[in-house]
Amino acid sequence: MPETKDAPKVLRVKPINNGTVIDHIAGGQALNVLKILGIAGTTDATVSVVMNVDSRKLGKKDIVKVEDRELFEEEVNRIALIAPAASINIIRDGKVIEKRSVDLPDEIVGVVRCQNPNCISNTLEPIKSRMLVKTKNPVLLRCLYCEQLLTDRIAEYLI
Amino acid sequence: MFMKRHVLTMREFSREEIDSVLDLAASLEPYARGQKSDMMAGKVLALLFFEPSTRTRMSFETAMKRLGGGVINLGPAEGSSISKGESLADTVRVIGGYADAMVIRHPKEGSARLASQFSPVPVINAGDGAGHHPTQTLLDLYTIKKESHLENLSIALVGDLKYGRTVHSLAYALSLFGADITLVSPASLRMPDSIKSDLSSKGTCVRETCDLGAVVNNVDVLYMTRIQRERFPDPVEYKKVARSYRITPEFMAGAREGLIVMHPLPRVDEIAPSVDETQHARYFQQSFYGVPVRMALLKMLIGGGC
Repeated sequence: MPETKDAPKVLRVKPINNGTVIDHIAGGQALNVLKILGIAGTTDATVSVVMNVDSRKLGKKDIVKVEDRELFEEEVNRIALIAPAASINIIRDGKVIEKRSVDLPDEIVGVVRCQNPNCISNTLEPIKSRMLVKTKNPVLLRCLYCEQLLTDRIAEYLI
Repeated sequence: MFMKRHVLTMREFSREEIDSVLDLAASLEPYARGQKSDMMAGKVLALLFFEPSTRTRMSFETAMKRLGGGVINLGPAEGSSISKGESLADTVRVIGGYADAMVIRHPKEGSARLASQFSPVPVINAGDGAGHHPTQTLLDLYTIKKESHLENLSIALVGDLKYGRTVHSLAYALSLFGADITLVSPASLRMPDSIKSDLSSKGTCVRETCDLGAVVNNVDVLYMTRIQRERFPDPVEYKKVARSYRITPEFMAGAREGLIVMHPLPRVDEIAPSVDETQHARYFQQSFYGVPVRMALLKMLIGGGC
């Protein structure tokens, strides 16, 4: 049933005491967010994933809760690549001590591989990939080296 | 005012910077034709060509030597440190210690930018894979300015507009001059949408057609390019397309009197040799103009400015 302002809220996942809640992830992208965070199926962390719940802002949204882990800024930037509307809540002792929105910087270094196989950044040269952010929503990246654009399937090119 | 440390893409040039290069090239043309100069005495230019090149490599070498400077060559990769697995980053750091500037051609896109990040001296991109070749564009603009006109120009770019890096950079640069551009290519070799939308966003008038005959009466410049056989899986299809863009004196009979034909060379059969003797042919002058234009860039980068 769609959640409305007047309807009583039903919690699908219980609140966490310590860790990070990533809210307002575009519907269906939660597993990619986990990939960006380096959380694979073999993780020891307690992770809750809620997918495709109704959202006034996004229509459908995903939520990820990672217990006992506070995200670094670099990780937040990575999330913005595939979930530009996401919000990050850092929880300590059951309280939200920090609420951040994600905001892509003008340049992303060492996070996304260029999709051009003939790009110099895809060789053994001692450089990191460098993507210039042309637009933030939708995300449009341009490789600093070969100028190839990347907008679809960004998750596939995460390093 | 020319404030560049490296020459990597045309996108980094303003209209004013292009004008200053072309003006300086015009003043250096006598030296390109053999007048003695020691403007670059004591300076050394390194040529790093990881791919074959005739015109670009030799015109850079000529430009430097005619201005009194010296040239060092990387030579074939097989006999160099590259064959031992040295990275491009290390190679340019080392050679940057031997020279005042370096010219690089490399098969990987973005290689010149990488070189610029590691080189202690200015880097000039002489072609990075399917990427950029800015000195070709500058000499094309110089040719158009000298042999036709850059203001109110109507130009047709003909041939392989999909893979040809030359036409991509040239179209971009012409958009800075407000040119009227007609793109003539087979459907399978059309200019990529991303480049066309870039041109349109700058207010450039861009038309597309497959029919060269329909545009030859309406343009000041025909810029021909080679259609590469290897782009076509079916040789019959290749022949059909290649023949449709073949320029002959008969074909040129209906052209404007002042129309000029350009080609970055080498040509295969898109321009019949008999066109060479017509009033329209400019591709050999175009090739020569590579020398004064490259002289101008060298002077601006390492020879004390304009």
